[in-house]
Amino acid sequence: MSNNTEFRTCPTTGLKVDLAAEKLIKVNAVAAVVFLAIGGLFGLLVALTRWPEVHLLPADFFYLALTAHGLDVLLVWIIFFEMAVLYFASAVLLGSRLAAPKFAWAGFVLMLVGAVITNIVVLQGKSSVMFTSYVPLKAEPGFYLGIILFAVGALIGCFVFFATLVVARQERTYQGSIPLVTFGAMTAAIIAVFTIASGAIILIPTLLWSLGYVANIDPILYKTIWWAMGHSSQQINVAAHVSIWYAIAAMTFGAKPLSEKVSRMAFLMYILFLQIASAHHMLVEPGFSSEWKIFNTSYAMYLAVLGSMVHGMTVPGSIEAAQRSRGLNKGMFEWLRKAPWGNPAFAGMFMSLVFFGFIGGISGVVMGTEQINLIMHNTLYVPGHFHGTVVAGTTLAFMAITYYLVPLIFRRELMFMKLAKLQPYVFGIGVAGISVFMMGAGTLGVSRRHWDMQFADAVLPFDYPSAAFLMMGLNGMSAVLAAVGGIMFVVVVVGSVFFGRKLEKDEKPSYPEVPPQSAAVAQHGSAESLKIPGTTMLVAIFFIAFVLYYFVNWKYLSEIWPLS
Amino acid sequence: MAITPPSERIWWKEPIAKIELSWIIIAFTWGLIMFFMMIYWHGAGEQNLSNEAYKIKPERFAEHTQEMIDAYTVRNESGFPVVHPPAGDDIYLTGRLYNWWPILELEKDQTYRLHLSSTDVQHGFSLQPVNINVQVHPGYDLVFTIKPDRAGEYGIVCNEFCGIGHHLMVGKIYVVE
Repeated sequence: MSNNTEFRTCPTTGLKVDLAAEKLIKVNAVAAVVFLAIGGLFGLLVALTRWPEVHLLPADFFYLALTAHGLDVLLVWIIFFEMAVLYFASAVLLGSRLAAPKFAWAGFVLMLVGAVITNIVVLQGKSSVMFTSYVPLKAEPGFYLGIILFAVGALIGCFVFFATLVVARQERTYQGSIPLVTFGAMTAAIIAVFTIASGAIILIPTLLWSLGYVANIDPILYKTIWWAMGHSSQQINVAAHVSIWYAIAAMTFGAKPLSEKVSRMAFLMYILFLQIASAHHMLVEPGFSSEWKIFNTSYAMYLAVLGSMVHGMTVPGSIEAAQRSRGLNKGMFEWLRKAPWGNPAFAGMFMSLVFFGFIGGISGVVMGTEQINLIMHNTLYVPGHFHGTVVAGTTLAFMAITYYLVPLIFRRELMFMKLAKLQPYVFGIGVAGISVFMMGAGTLGVSRRHWDMQFADAVLPFDYPSAAFLMMGLNGMSAVLAAVGGIMFVVVVVGSVFFGRKLEKDEKPSYPEVPPQSAAVAQHGSAESLKIPGTTMLVAIFFIAFVLYYFVNWKYLSEIWPLS
Repeated sequence: MAITPPSERIWWKEPIAKIELSWIIIAFTWGLIMFFMMIYWHGAGEQNLSNEAYKIKPERFAEHTQEMIDAYTVRNESGFPVVHPPAGDDIYLTGRLYNWWPILELEKDQTYRLHLSSTDVQHGFSLQPVNINVQVHPGYDLVFTIKPDRAGEYGIVCNEFCGIGHHLMVGKIYVVE
């Protein structure tokens, strides 16, 4: 059965690596980074246009660039990278052969073809309908076709992942249960299947409508099902980047989960409840009852949010426990102060954790509150929120793990180490700025997806407050900073992958270091004596910020016109 | 480690640390508070959507709007009729490529039943500077009761992308004493 499979043993981690899986991880990661570069460039153009003093692009190119930006980074970059994560978390972490590599290649080709088709169609200029393509806005058929092909390719990737789990179990490549990171990746893959099914249900009829075979698509129906794909696909990201947080904590510190049971239950909450987030987009639409809205927008009484809040403690907690067991025990924060802040994988991962929680997480829950959505819906607050989750959270985490993938999977020494050390900070601070300033502008009412906040050519005059213009200027500057960070990432990664020194067989790269032996935390029986005061303090700060910000927004809501 | 199988094979029987358990309880309770806060606001708060909505043909909605314009127009402004309907009335606002039609003039502290719909694609009703944002769909009449509580001039921006003239789509509501 597995006779033809070739393996090598990783000299740094001791993991057994299937060469076919390795190659697939490489191509998916390379495709991901290419689309990150393209989509990021479009993003910069968008931000420079929304900077009132710069106002770079003409209106038609702005709407085109915004459509391409959303597609290339929110969908293409992230899903390609997630395929790499799935193959890594299954074949590599379980020391198994990858099931059906040919299917995985077919999936990859479909995804690539789909992504290229959609990009070409968007660049032709007749499909500037935004990423969401709300009917009855109509794009060219190729727009939908490309996305469908891409999604089918991704679906194949998910099934290769599931099949690999089965193969590994049957061939007994590991003892006991699958690792937590693999469990998290499985969560992502399960959500992905639901997501892609929803996408197919709505995009196939929409394609037929665009071709003229279907007369009419109801806009509410479209939006509800489209977001069962659109929002759930962001939950794939959450499951994937939380898995990466655990992976980097393990690979950097040898950290063990505080409790396998708790962390796995938290992932299970994602599987059970995250999919109903479509409601977040339907809170101010006609045709829904408040009961429906409240239950769904809260992920069934915030049980999925509970999952994220648990990871928010267990990830830094496991790092703290590992550091303390190594003697970094002074005071509350020696473990954090003496963490390897010059290691870009750790720095990126930790910033991803903090920004995802404080910026993306809190704002998401607040904005998803049924009534509060009234003062935020479709303002720049919305992209402010999801740049906090998807860019500062997911993209930063994916960048961080890439610093480990280059030496360990691509087998190249990392080049430009000084640049790499700075990169997570430049990108992270830039993205945090983008998120916060867009949220600020949104609070002042500024519309998202809008070419001209000065309304220069409108028949009726209207002015946003001057503070909103300041916010958009700061947003533009933050975007430039983030773009510099993005370019640094591409330079380091592409440079290393193509020109970095090739590692000899069995040669250990100089970076990353071998993870220390797993510290003796959370062993059976020792759980009662677990001490993580630093993490407890961080979680307390988070919780206070969350509660205050939540009620401040109810206060804002109470000041608008009474309506019922 | 998180990248290796759990060291305890029977990991589901390990005890949970007190600190983790406490956080789970706090976070769960907070979730319940946030959940019931939305329900509480339906009773105690003044800002809720009624969820009253009807399916309607776009032409029919345009007719309703026109009937209101014919009956209550008080002046013209930049080619827009300014309509001053009686307090308590049903009032209609149409979102269309690329304006909000017509301009409404309302009285402070009076209630109105505002009907919102579109005659072409989706639009976003974004009333500024109060920052009230509601999605507007073609074929659906969304109704809610508003009570403007401050006099002044309000802008209506379109905050759902609707086409190449999206950024030109501005409307107006006056609230008078």
